Amino acid sequence: MVKILKRKEISHGGKIGIQLASIVFAFIFASIFILMTKNNPVSVYFSMFQGAFGTGFRFKETLINAIPLLITALGISLAFKMKFWNIGAEGQIIMGAFGASYFALFHGDLPGIILIPLMFLGGAVCGSIWGLIPGFFRAYFKTNETIFTLLMNYIALNFITYLQYGPWKDPDAYGFPKIARFGRNAVLPNLMGIHIGWIVAIILVAWVYYFLHFTKSGYETAVVGESENTAVYAGMNVKKIILRTIILSGAVCGITGVIQASAVARTLSVNISGGIGYTAIIVAWLSGLNPVIALVTSVLFSAMVQGGNFIQLSHNIPSAVADILQGTILFFVLGNQFFINYRLQRNK
Amino acid sequence: MESFLTASIIAGTPLLLAILGEIITEKSGSLNLGVEGMMLMGAIGGFATAYYTDSALIALLAAMFCGGLGALIFGFITVTLRANQTVTGLALTIFGTGVSNYFGSGFVGKVVPEGVKKSFAIVKIPVLGDIPFVGSFLFTQSTFIYLSYILVIIAGIYLYHTRHGLYLSAIGENPAAADSAGIKVSLYKYVHIAVGGMLCGLSGAFLSLIYVPAWQENLSAGRGWIAVALVIFCKWNPFMTFIGAYLFGGLDIVGFRLQQYDIHVSQYIINMLPYVITISMLIFASVRGKSRGPKSLGLNYFREDR
Amino acid sequence: MDTIIEVRDLEKHFGSVVANKNISFKLKQNKVYALLGENGAGKSTLMNMLSGIYKPDKGEIFLKGEKIIFSSPKDAIKNGIGMIHQHFKLVENKSALDNIILGQYNGFFVNRKKIREKVMGVCEEFGLSIDLDKNIEDMSISEKQTTEIIKVLYRGSKILILDEPTAVLTPQEITNLFRIMNNMREKGCTLIIITHKLHEILEISDEVIIMRKGQFIEDVITSETNEKELTDLMVGESVDLKIERVVVPDGREILHVKDLVVEDRDRIKKLNGVSFHLREGEVLGVAGLAGSGQKELCETLNGVIKATSGDIIYEGDSLKNKTPREIIEKGVSMSFIPEDRLGMGLIAPMSMTDNLILKNYYKQTGLYLDRKDAVIQGERLIRDLQIKTPGIHHPVKQLSGGNIQKILLGRELDTHPHLLITAYATRGLDVQSSHLIYDEINKQKQNNVGVIYVGEDLDVLLELSDRIMVLCDGEITGIVDATATDREELGFLMGGKKLEEIEGAKHG
Repeated sequence: MVKILKRKEISHGGKIGIQLASIVFAFIFASIFILMTKNNPVSVYFSMFQGAFGTGFRFKETLINAIPLLITALGISLAFKMKFWNIGAEGQIIMGAFGASYFALFHGDLPGIILIPLMFLGGAVCGSIWGLIPGFFRAYFKTNETIFTLLMNYIALNFITYLQYGPWKDPDAYGFPKIARFGRNAVLPNLMGIHIGWIVAIILVAWVYYFLHFTKSGYETAVVGESENTAVYAGMNVKKIILRTIILSGAVCGITGVIQASAVARTLSVNISGGIGYTAIIVAWLSGLNPVIALVTSVLFSAMVQGGNFIQLSHNIPSAVADILQGTILFFVLGNQFFINYRLQRNK
Repeated sequence: MESFLTASIIAGTPLLLAILGEIITEKSGSLNLGVEGMMLMGAIGGFATAYYTDSALIALLAAMFCGGLGALIFGFITVTLRANQTVTGLALTIFGTGVSNYFGSGFVGKVVPEGVKKSFAIVKIPVLGDIPFVGSFLFTQSTFIYLSYILVIIAGIYLYHTRHGLYLSAIGENPAAADSAGIKVSLYKYVHIAVGGMLCGLSGAFLSLIYVPAWQENLSAGRGWIAVALVIFCKWNPFMTFIGAYLFGGLDIVGFRLQQYDIHVSQYIINMLPYVITISMLIFASVRGKSRGPKSLGLNYFREDR
Repeated sequence: MDTIIEVRDLEKHFGSVVANKNISFKLKQNKVYALLGENGAGKSTLMNMLSGIYKPDKGEIFLKGEKIIFSSPKDAIKNGIGMIHQHFKLVENKSALDNIILGQYNGFFVNRKKIREKVMGVCEEFGLSIDLDKNIEDMSISEKQTTEIIKVLYRGSKILILDEPTAVLTPQEITNLFRIMNNMREKGCTLIIITHKLHEILEISDEVIIMRKGQFIEDVITSETNEKELTDLMVGESVDLKIERVVVPDGREILHVKDLVVEDRDRIKKLNGVSFHLREGEVLGVAGLAGSGQKELCETLNGVIKATSGDIIYEGDSLKNKTPREIIEKGVSMSFIPEDRLGMGLIAPMSMTDNLILKNYYKQTGLYLDRKDAVIQGERLIRDLQIKTPGIHHPVKQLSGGNIQKILLGRELDTHPHLLITAYATRGLDVQSSHLIYDEINKQKQNNVGVIYVGEDLDVLLELSDRIMVLCDGEITGIVDATATDREELGFLMGGKKLEEIEGAKHG
């Protein structure tokens, strides 16, 4: 019989050791699927790396795809820090894109220097409103936010579909149901070959880090997340803190939508988010809600996707291997928490 | 009208099975967000097996096996390793999507073999199928759909009239009480999480073998998430799944029908309705202060030796 | 009458804490045993071992002469031992019937009719009455308790353990419970009742088992003992702790609590008309068994919970409707050390510095949260209170319980309160650390701070306080001069005897 005992403490090194070990195990487990295609896992992993970083172009693509993951993960981290399980990032991204698109489509003749900030503002506001609705009910009525935010995703998705097939349908698109492309003023400029979304991302990494670790509001967010009782005891206004955190979380996710609409798609469509809202949850979780680590993790996840696409061509292995890898890594990391908190002892 | 209802039932069946599966899972106190992943795993498992064996029965068993396997991964990580249920469920969705696409890539464009098609062909049930109006859409359907009726009824009887079902709902409400009454909480959780997964697997098989029928990427098209939401709509009651699933199935196809009557409401606004209704139910329940779901939903339970 | 249960040399540790040691006794059939002991005496641990929740580290349990090892509560139930916990293990949204038969169905399908007949048979046999179809959430506490009792009897339990059953009942309901217990005894059951109410012990039990500090002290026959003897056995000998009492004369009154009533969510009165005064430079000790209302008193005074009625006047102002932050600003500081030590007041995964700023962080202007002062404060506290910590930036949950308490108290004292409320400040601390805390409190007295000291250790209360207020079941049974009272009197007050009765007995 094995007894489960709670660990009294674990060294920092021990913790990292367990986490690294779990990632290694994940790669080993996933290689089973690669072996099934009669390929050498090591060479396949190497090719994935090549596919993600091998040439300048590929490297850029990886980074471009990492940007929305990163920004969304940052927004999610803010909410998760307070133990508000914001599964609605997908919807907040979509509504952020909507907010930006409004300005791009109907005020597209404004000079870029005015239009783009307006788009960011509109997107952030729409994203926060989208998060605020479930947030309000959680703050005042303790409504379960996991399901609520999830449902909001579907409402957002259907809303855009409605716009795309209806009121915002592009009359010049020969009957295809799509929304018009943005004018030049509404498109984010490039810097060093990548749209300036990367600057926004880096600024946000710094800002979220600063917020969580060095501001009073960040401190309050963490306290409320750990123990609402203690927050009340300390005199904090818990409802206000919950609302504030969600507004920020939704706003940041909304910014992702602005960037995707303005720089990547240059229009609004139902595919504007494409699952980023869910993948970013995993990025945030794996990064331990740490913005700087999220930077690395989002690049790695983007690399996995890029690499997956690449080996489809080079080795004829389904790109789905990237998803399998992502899921496996997550399983192992989730599982390793157990070994960090508990140790096993054999019973005589 | 009958044809609309018939189509609604067909459209609603994948939801029916998935909602039923998730209800059973959630009754044990586990919130498994990996429904989409389990559906896809069952879809490819069922399709591939059907393709190679041309046996409907074996295909269904395979679909259940795949869905259940995915669920067991979730069960192990949350029940034994006590990890966060929300994130584990998401991981299962991603993993399941990946695994199914991986195996499915070899089956794109393939057709369901004849033997299987015949097994699932539309059969009119004698006597019941002759009832005017009702008989045409309820009892003139594929055998798979009859299977789904039976599963709902079995689930309902199980949950409310057998001791295991009653123990299960006690576990979902107050695992400590069940534990002190001598019920093996972890075992029940494992079993019912797995059963929930098997039903989700069946749901996927319906999509790949009957509804589409074929294997494609993103076959489930978000139905798994809808099912999770509709569990609340159905108030965790298996018999309610008939209403929830077919209602949504109907809403899915009603837009086009309304156009025939010259009513122009956007299909997409209609699509929003189930979500809006579910949200309203959520809000209503929490404003009233009474949560209707199993009290321990989403929380991991373990008997602490202090 | 045979011995039905025997325990020999039972021992149970939790880490380095010894909860039970050298427990040996025999229990016979057809008897009611009372288990008496102060908080922390080890009663619950012992009963949890008998009911299969804990496994003994050493020692043996014999049932009807046969050695038994329970690996789970199910084993205990199978062997006829049923426990009725203080916190009911009932499924709220189900009926009494469903709860009673939980885990006990035979056969795959549930035949409610047959089961109902069986349950009603049990009710009749023991003289119990309950509406079987009523949902638990709609029931009164007494009805819930009856459901738990039927649950245990339905499983054929012949040995029943009741944990503080009368704590939540009205006098009439208590009479009813005792009638049921007498019935059960007649029908061949053995009952163990954990209680601290001496008059109830004398009324219902045949024998009393007394525990102290985890050990078995004595087993007396109820008819041959009295309240005084029981109290003496329960509290034991006085220990001279050599705590200096500093006397600060003639402080002005700073706190007046008037008829304070506090109800919890279930409308149970946790505090029922509490009134007292406090002067600056005075230590008012608060004694009482766990659950007498100390927690609610502390939380109401600092604004975490709202009073149902009554008032709290501090420095001329009513605190009744103020927010916790407003109360903190007025110079009231509260630190409550719960049993798990980290429940409120400290955040386990955060560092010491992050915990130190908990109550004053908001005073900083600007966005940036400056932790420099907290670092200096932390280092000073580590020196002054001899706190053992791997580092000021390590999460506090890695520290031992005692050190965590020192941080908490240190933080509170640093706010220079005018009214200091501290509960269980020395819970689990070693002698040296405890004395550090007592010295701090005396220092506060000399700074004209009014101190409310809620404690478990009667010796400490007697030596440290100026006056002692005793709470029992949400009411004040007496406020006495610490120099003019003793353990025995405090014991009586804690057990529910009112001061007037004791005085009357003394002079009568």
